[in-house]
Amino acid sequence: MSSVLNYIRQLGHWVLGRVERTGRASVFITEVLAGTFTALARFNLVRHQIFSVGVLTLLIITVSGLFVGMVLGLQGYYTLSDFGAESSLGLLVALSLTRELGPVVAALLFAGRAGSALTAEIGLMKATEQLAGMEMMAVNPLTRVIAPRFLAGLISMPLLAAIFTAMGVWGGQIVGVGLIGVDDGIFWSRMQSGVDFYDDVLNGVIKSVVFGFVVTWIAVFEGYDCVPTSEGVSRATTRTVVNASLAVLGLDFVLTSLMFGEI
Amino acid sequence: MESESLVDLDEVVFYRGERAIFNGLSLKIPRAKVTVILGGSGTGKTTLLNLIGGRLRPAAGDVRVDGLSVPALKTRELYTLRKRMGLLFQSGALLTDLSVFENVAFPIREHTRLPETLIRTLVLLKLELVGLRGAHRLMPAELSGGMARRVALARAIALDPMMVMYDEPFTGLDPISKGITVKLIRELNDALGMTSIVVTHDVEEACTIADYVYLVGGGKVIAQGNAAEMLASEGEDVKQFMNGLPDGPVPFHYPAAEYVQDLLDGADR
Repeated sequence: MSSVLNYIRQLGHWVLGRVERTGRASVFITEVLAGTFTALARFNLVRHQIFSVGVLTLLIITVSGLFVGMVLGLQGYYTLSDFGAESSLGLLVALSLTRELGPVVAALLFAGRAGSALTAEIGLMKATEQLAGMEMMAVNPLTRVIAPRFLAGLISMPLLAAIFTAMGVWGGQIVGVGLIGVDDGIFWSRMQSGVDFYDDVLNGVIKSVVFGFVVTWIAVFEGYDCVPTSEGVSRATTRTVVNASLAVLGLDFVLTSLMFGEI
Repeated sequence: MESESLVDLDEVVFYRGERAIFNGLSLKIPRAKVTVILGGSGTGKTTLLNLIGGRLRPAAGDVRVDGLSVPALKTRELYTLRKRMGLLFQSGALLTDLSVFENVAFPIREHTRLPETLIRTLVLLKLELVGLRGAHRLMPAELSGGMARRVALARAIALDPMMVMYDEPFTGLDPISKGITVKLIRELNDALGMTSIVVTHDVEEACTIADYVYLVGGGKVIAQGNAAEMLASEGEDVKQFMNGLPDGPVPFHYPAAEYVQDLLDGADR
């Protein structure tokens, strides 16, 4: 009996912990958002962060985008040719990328490359008392350190998703047109007539903005809230990648059903 | 009229979890003097500085700095007050992505809109005071522990604060660096008329620079006086700390169950 009670007590403790943490994360993001105006006024700080968060993520985004597009071209061709529909290859590649794969895979890569780096950097700044030092110099770390990084993530993510998509379409064309021999004109014209700017492209952009917001939020919060020891920073970094990836996949379902679904 | 003491702690109570760190701590830090707060490891010396700096709030009692009650201040007022105080962290807490020059320039850039030439002059002036003008291009990773702390000191005094708090400034330094630090604290205090608060457990260095000494233990002030008075004190706990005796009122053993009982308990497992 007592073990059951103990179990319930532990469950309650766990739930309370989660609720408290969610509350902390919400207060945190409100303060960061308030600090973004100050950060925007000092755009130099944001630009510096866009370099480390966005530009340094370019390589993995472009290479992955190219390969995902190439695989899509190959798989799409084999499936479509069964139905004699290989002329729709360009459309298939473009729709898959703009609607789903561009924002989602780019966000997953972004969480792994830039999110983990953000958490580790902020966590180490906390562990080495740099954040506390700033507070004692009457400088708010949320405005000076967190807000520019948050803005940089928010700005970089849609751009990275767009680059991922563009590289993917190019990869699909290399395989479909260059290697397999689908007609170049048909490849592009079906794509052009089938992809809608609002329904497909814009919805993809909205997804990538939402993913950018959530992934960067999780990354900077985990860093700021971590236990300031080497183990704490390591756990926080892992949590960033796991939680951000799960959040992206879960939100993708929600957003897709809102945008395209009949649910 | 300005009160004689710059910092005034009145019956401060502070808990960390269930454990009382301070249990009615009262002390006064006089203006323009070097006050040393001595205490063993874990007696809450760093906590004390965080209470004065407003990073922690006491559960009861009041902390007044220059007449202002720190726990009652709003964030904006607290930040205004912090511009007038410097805290030197044990680790130095330098920003690792900025050079020595930029670290010292950091508070100046954040709080003033001075032209670049003037910032340069100010930074080099502060670095000259700590003897590291020649190192202004180095990155924090290239500095020794003692040098990093001197850079942090230059940064702490960048805005000419009314007081500087030193958290364990002598820990982990070689004898030469210790000597330099002692000299710097004294000289900066006398030359700039700052109030200095040094928390440390290094009795020898503390006695060299202190105008006034507080010995803290068990959440209260155990003894106070100038260095000579403290060294000559007959109190058991003061003698134990000042002379570094392994056993006395502060026991050698961490509180534990009876030794024999503990060993016998283990045999059952």
